Amino acid sequence: MSALYYKSLTEIIKALQAKTVSVTEVTRACLDRMTHVEPTLGAMLAIASDTALKEAEAMDAAGPDPAKPLWGVPVTIKDVILTQGLRTTCASKMLEHFVPPYDAFVTQKLREAGCVILGKTNMDEFAMGSTTENSGFHPTRNPWNPSRVPGGSSGGAAVAVVAGESYASLGTDTGGSIRQPAALCGCVGLKPTYGRVSRYGVIAYGSSLDQVGPLARSVEDCARVLQVIAGSDPHDVTSAPIDVPDYVTGLAEASLKGVRLGIPKEFFDKGLDPQVAAVCEETLKACEAAGATLVQVSLPHTSAAIATYYIIAMAEASSNLARYDGVRFGFREKDVSDLQEMYVQSRTTGLGQEVKRRIMLGAFVLSSGYYDAYYRKAAQVRRIIRDEYVTVLDTVDAIFCPVSPVTAWPLGSHADDPLAMYLMDAYTLSLNLAGLPGLSLPVGSIDGLPVGMQLIGKAFSEAELLKVGHALEALVTPLGEPPL
Amino acid sequence: MNNSKVIGLDEVAHMATLSRLQVSQDEQAMFATQFASILNYMDILQHVDVSGVEPLYSPVEHHLVPRSDDATQHRTREEMLNNAPVADEQYFIVPRIV
Repeated sequence: MSALYYKSLTEIIKALQAKTVSVTEVTRACLDRMTHVEPTLGAMLAIASDTALKEAEAMDAAGPDPAKPLWGVPVTIKDVILTQGLRTTCASKMLEHFVPPYDAFVTQKLREAGCVILGKTNMDEFAMGSTTENSGFHPTRNPWNPSRVPGGSSGGAAVAVVAGESYASLGTDTGGSIRQPAALCGCVGLKPTYGRVSRYGVIAYGSSLDQVGPLARSVEDCARVLQVIAGSDPHDVTSAPIDVPDYVTGLAEASLKGVRLGIPKEFFDKGLDPQVAAVCEETLKACEAAGATLVQVSLPHTSAAIATYYIIAMAEASSNLARYDGVRFGFREKDVSDLQEMYVQSRTTGLGQEVKRRIMLGAFVLSSGYYDAYYRKAAQVRRIIRDEYVTVLDTVDAIFCPVSPVTAWPLGSHADDPLAMYLMDAYTLSLNLAGLPGLSLPVGSIDGLPVGMQLIGKAFSEAELLKVGHALEALVTPLGEPPL
Repeated sequence: MNNSKVIGLDEVAHMATLSRLQVSQDEQAMFATQFASILNYMDILQHVDVSGVEPLYSPVEHHLVPRSDDATQHRTREEMLNNAPVADEQYFIVPRIV
């Protein structure tokens, strides 16, 4: 029998409603687990023990509320998402002391659904990175092997879930930041369609790419969290005025029979590690045996996606991060003689190296003389990439492909070579360019390190993706619990 | 791949100025090397035919409806000043401008 902190979110909801376990007990179980694993893993930037326990006691006193779908469930939230009264740093020295005066839309939704917020998870500074080593405070380590990275940028969110520190986390995905850490740590992560979830109160990195989504230990757990956070919001005009379907009912009956899975040949090309490729091939065979039809498809502009993505993401970052000027919030350098020097010195001290790199390149691709060659050109290629996905998705139910070309790599591997790090995002970022949903789920492991694959669907097809994912999950041998 | 692009220290300095950042001499040299390799990689886009393709700046497909232009107060002045590095009870304080 697994420990209380390793129960699924779905099981815990039922146990809490039936009062076979109290909110205080589950909250304490997760907080004690944090005390045990955090010295090794470093998944958390802030732990709100006192407020969480106080809330838990008040909830126990009031008794279960069947109208609240996540009543009493302890969760963690990536530190890019605002939490009223709870320090939100974006893992940057720039925001080390920032205490939000309001909740993000998604935070508010979790509170309304009855969640207990345990704390904030570590990430790459301003979500810029693929390893969580770029945190301004400390790196996070992979629960399966602490000498390895957990992936990123939502590394802390994935680790918290896999290590039993919470039942679900909220992450954000700009170029793979939910799906890739989920794959490298062995949990389920969903990047919803752009516009499915409000970005209000999410600290902006690439505004046309960013999307909030859940990480959890099963597809059904993810579905339950998405159910709560999805929906339109007057505070975010890009959130879609489209009804939220029921993501949970019907999951149990889902099957792969007759499901057409598109297998893009460009994702199984020479960049993919042969051992990862073998695990993926095994999974494809299992899908076929379960009744799915595998359809070879092609996304020919995949090779242009990395360049396209980084130009657009850096351009948007340079614009978004102009707000850190030391005036209204964030770090301000003292002993400056004028306003200009205050801006420059505050930014120079407060921001980390990868953030500076992206801001400078972003300013460059937007600058006079280069705008057309880089930024506008990338936006044109973005349309070509998006149209390719839309065309392929007209012929299949979902695209199915690897998430990361390799399993989790040792900390410090690409410290001096940012380009090598960007190339690791090859399989995740085209989805963000196209604005489509992607569900990353564990399909196996190599030498004790998880391998993940992702299902990609049409815009707003999360319900269908979750069904296919749920059926797929049943075919895969569970990874079990990491040796902690 | 054509690896011809060279980024000079003066170009790094210009990017830093545009970004309101200060970059030390050592960092300038490091960024120059890294930017050259990244921008050379991005030249892959030169081989993509985009003639007649409209740029896609956002994946949003619904009509964006701005809220009506009514003044509403969501938060107090005190709340908004709480995170300021320097403020009095009324205003953000910055170094003297005039």
